[in-house]
Amino acid sequence: MAHAETHDPNTPLEYRSEIGRLNILGFWIFLGAEIALFATLFATYMVLTPRIADGPALGELFEVKSLLIQTFLLLTSSFTCGLAVHEMRRHNVKGLITWMVVTLGLGLGFLYFEIQEFLHFIHEGANIGTSAAWSGFFVLVGTHGAHVTFGIFWVTMVLIQVAKRGLTPATSAKVFITSLYWHFLDVVWIFIFTAVYLMGMVMHHG
Amino acid sequence: MKWDEFFVTGDPLIYGADVSILLTMVGILFYLTKYNKWKWLWDEWLTTVDHKKLGIMYIVSAVLMLFRGGVDALLMRTQLAVPDAKFLDSQHYNEIFTTHGTIMIIFMAMPFLIGLINVVVPLQIGARDVAYPYLNAVSFWTFFIGAMLFNISFVIGGSPAAGWTSYMPLASNELSPGPGQNYYLLGLQIAGIGTLLTGINFLVTILKMRAPGMTLFRMPMFTWSSLVTMVIIIFAFPILTVALALMTFDRLFGSHFFTLQGEGMDMLWANLFWLWGHPEVYIVILPAFGMFSEIISTFSRKTLFGYKAMIWSMLLIAGYSFLVWVHHFFTMGSGAAVNSVFSITTMAIGIPTGVKIFNWLFTMYRGKIQFTTPMLWSIGFIVNFVIGGVTGVMLAMAAADYQYHNTYFLVSHFHYVLIAGTVFACFAGLIYWYPKMFGYKLNERIGKWVFWIFTIGFNVCFMPQYFLGLDGMPRRVYTYSEESGWGPLNMVSTIGGFMMGIAFLVLVYNMYYSFRYAKRETTGDAWDGRTLEWSTPSAMPPFYNFAKIPEVTGLDHFWRQKQAGKVEKLTAKDIKPIHMPSNSGVPFIMASFFFVAGFGMVFDWMWMAIIGLIGVFGTLFYRSFEYDDGYYVSVEEVIETEKISK
Amino acid sequence: MRRLKPFLTFGLLMAVFMLSGCSDMVILDPKGPVGEQQKDLIMYSIGFMTFILIVVYALTTFIVYKYRDRKNHKGYDPDNEGSHLLETIWWIIPIIITIALSVPTVKTIYSLEGPPEGTKDQKPLVIHATSVDWKWVFTYPEQDIETVNYLHIPEDRPVLFKLTSADSMASFWIPQLGGQKYAMAGMETELYLQADEQGTYEGRNSNFTGEGFTDHTFDVMAMSDDEFEKWASDAKADAPKLTKEQYDKLMLPGHVKEMTFSSTHMGWVDHADEADYALNARERLGYEPKVPHSKAAKEEKKKREEEMKQEESESHGDSHAH
Repeated sequence: MAHAETHDPNTPLEYRSEIGRLNILGFWIFLGAEIALFATLFATYMVLTPRIADGPALGELFEVKSLLIQTFLLLTSSFTCGLAVHEMRRHNVKGLITWMVVTLGLGLGFLYFEIQEFLHFIHEGANIGTSAAWSGFFVLVGTHGAHVTFGIFWVTMVLIQVAKRGLTPATSAKVFITSLYWHFLDVVWIFIFTAVYLMGMVMHHG
Repeated sequence: MKWDEFFVTGDPLIYGADVSILLTMVGILFYLTKYNKWKWLWDEWLTTVDHKKLGIMYIVSAVLMLFRGGVDALLMRTQLAVPDAKFLDSQHYNEIFTTHGTIMIIFMAMPFLIGLINVVVPLQIGARDVAYPYLNAVSFWTFFIGAMLFNISFVIGGSPAAGWTSYMPLASNELSPGPGQNYYLLGLQIAGIGTLLTGINFLVTILKMRAPGMTLFRMPMFTWSSLVTMVIIIFAFPILTVALALMTFDRLFGSHFFTLQGEGMDMLWANLFWLWGHPEVYIVILPAFGMFSEIISTFSRKTLFGYKAMIWSMLLIAGYSFLVWVHHFFTMGSGAAVNSVFSITTMAIGIPTGVKIFNWLFTMYRGKIQFTTPMLWSIGFIVNFVIGGVTGVMLAMAAADYQYHNTYFLVSHFHYVLIAGTVFACFAGLIYWYPKMFGYKLNERIGKWVFWIFTIGFNVCFMPQYFLGLDGMPRRVYTYSEESGWGPLNMVSTIGGFMMGIAFLVLVYNMYYSFRYAKRETTGDAWDGRTLEWSTPSAMPPFYNFAKIPEVTGLDHFWRQKQAGKVEKLTAKDIKPIHMPSNSGVPFIMASFFFVAGFGMVFDWMWMAIIGLIGVFGTLFYRSFEYDDGYYVSVEEVIETEKISK
Repeated sequence: MRRLKPFLTFGLLMAVFMLSGCSDMVILDPKGPVGEQQKDLIMYSIGFMTFILIVVYALTTFIVYKYRDRKNHKGYDPDNEGSHLLETIWWIIPIIITIALSVPTVKTIYSLEGPPEGTKDQKPLVIHATSVDWKWVFTYPEQDIETVNYLHIPEDRPVLFKLTSADSMASFWIPQLGGQKYAMAGMETELYLQADEQGTYEGRNSNFTGEGFTDHTFDVMAMSDDEFEKWASDAKADAPKLTKEQYDKLMLPGHVKEMTFSSTHMGWVDHADEADYALNARERLGYEPKVPHSKAAKEEKKKREEEMKQEESESHGDSHAH
């Protein structure tokens, strides 16, 4: 296996080792597979939306306030995650860790409000077994939430490694990959925001 | 859960299987202990990250699964040999055809091909391993554990019985209660993770690890076909992941995706299943095409005809493979417009496939054809696959398909494609690359017997099924009446099936015979080959594959070097220290936790599932903290391995 | 090559041998215009396929024979790597064949969506066919009668089947009258068929539906218009009424004998709108699905078989309305 390390100062740290480069490319491809995964979930959700059986309609229970808070938290976290990578490129370990911790905090906040929202829906009589439409909703949005949860654990692990080992080509590639993952979840949320919540509310109220 | 539901009881066939499984296990344990092989097993195999060893393990597993799936097939053929037979009851028959289909596609065809890809592709592109050797081990072990989980179903809990397509609502809790269907869902899900990782791994490997000078259009055709296959895997397998997960939610957590209650939609399952399922067909056929290209070119002593057309037609097939899934259910009543469009796209897939057939034929044209066993399988492929191809076009004509659908005509068609395509390729590839894996060839004389018995048996078995289909015999019936008139052709078909079984046994005997008696290869070039895997000095490449990475100047680089008499000799000064990845036991342990989690979910024992999942994530995070940069093989060791005189 | 020859001859011989028996095969022996159109399409495509097979086999035989490795080998050209002309030819010919096959396919697909050309002025007879594991319920809304596991239809008149299912996905198929279509719970699909000849034809579900799938069949009797009318009015007059209790019992998985009723189930349920009716009925009757390998399931199966036997011996000799 080639183990060439590039020392050109213009190359970002995470791209300096062969393994780092390969891992980043592989992760991009993995995100391609994730797109296929979420596309399938979205398609399923769209097909099942009208099938509400005896349960409430989807848009009926959506609440604008909770939605906006969740969206704000996650979008901001994507921004702070970007700042963290920016700090990493400047070799500022402290800045990197600080911004990543902020990102994690925002992610936890997002999860808190999402769980609150789910509990609210369940309280209002809409759970995964209420109808095909609600099954689609909970599994699509829940899969995204599970991804965020996994991301929080993952980023934490990587931060511990950065704290222990400092910024090396290996740790920086890991940070960069987790940041790709985090931005991807943000993009998926934008689709959920539009295709699930906005359309749900428009269909119901409009 | 009561014990009478946990262990499958009351069937002498199953008791027989229980005993033989137990005996085999005791035998293996005894052998390992008596000859002190435990450490060897762990160090050399269970923890290996070497693509060649993983490939061999894939192939060994696939051959075992071919045996299991083949036994299933022969049980079915025995039951169907005569009208009103009482050999199997309906439930048992249903379980057997379900496991036959699932095992043959998911746990035989795919791992067989992935195994050959594992062994060959890194060698063909002049690489020392794959891009992610550790991940490669994870892929293998998740596949293996998924397969084992699926396979124990017939003695513990009962096998799935809703068909390998598992259409809803038949596969729902209400109509298929019990753990059987859960085995299908979890076994496929766990194995599917491994397949997706393989897809990513080999795509990056082929894109990034090629030897200097090997541009995309200098890659051997088998590598090309693997590349295209990996792209299909990456986009198709997530669809299966989701479909399986949704059905798992329906069965275990009360959701209503495909159920009768809650306005679930059974048609959605059929759509998702085939959105994955049709590309899956090409996942198991494109690598086969690649192998035939290599073999036909090698034994015609001639360069491949229409290299670029071969690649473009493969890319076209890959694209089309996502646009034809509706042809699996023309009879669902989607309307004339939809059926017309999918009829035409399906027939259009025949165009690039036809082009490939002619390119293979013209590769032989003006060649010097040697009838080695791999070549016989390849010519046999052309002759038989065409029958599967033209009947495929007939099935693509929706209006006619209303009559063929769900009949033996369809069964025969896909066996003609999958056996003459994929299975012939597995055999051809296995025999062709056998010296690369084990250092000696399989006996050619016995091999030719295998070819003739199998090919004739195959036609005797499946040709009559076209006619049974035209006579209205539906698939998946466990018996039929005397008056139907289907008796004689079924008897013929069963005889053919047993001929294929005999051929398989002869093949296994050939492995034993050749292990004992075959002449060991002294060079790495057993067949006067054309591509880089044959350029290693020793028959079986050392674990680092190439002491010096070759530099490629064109297509069929090694062949052209030989023709020009310019094969490079290694000298001691070419050798530099070689960086290699370290072995790891984590993939095996992680897969074992997957087994615990899967088994827990199969029986709806959530405590067990959670323990298993914690284990899975635990090993994942453990690995994240493990900074193992591999090690260097010293120049001295390489010189010694390569037997270079100083 | 000498070794390949017997193999090729064997394949061809077998194909010829089997094709000679074709006229007996039900799909190639249709008794109505729908099956007739499909047979024509099949025969048309077989023509093309035979042509393709002959071309490929002739080429294979020629090339493999001529260029086999032997002494005094001629014409060896190891660098012969392509020919634009040849490759263009074999891109174009399959494209032409595909077009030649597509046109009649699309025409037939569209034509099968409606009643047959010759009888499209006649009002089709409407029959609702509902699949329940593992039986077929046929409803004649105009005649206001219902049958189980058998069908009577008039000849030379299009029949419009409205298909649905109470549980698993089935496929309604009468091979000699024409191709099949799925019957699905919560859905209604439509299929036109027509018989041009009187006689009894076999019909069945061809889509796997579990344990009783093999016997998920029914008989179709095509008769003259008068006979049909007489049968329908007799059934209306003589057959018992279908009660909801009796219908719910039909929802249990299992086989039943042929039955006739002078009323239909359409009054209280349409499975195309109510996909879970059968499951609810099973619950009402206290039926619980059993794990196939459990003792309970084996006992239930035994009981069901005994009941069937008893029913058969009871109904022996006393024929129902047809």
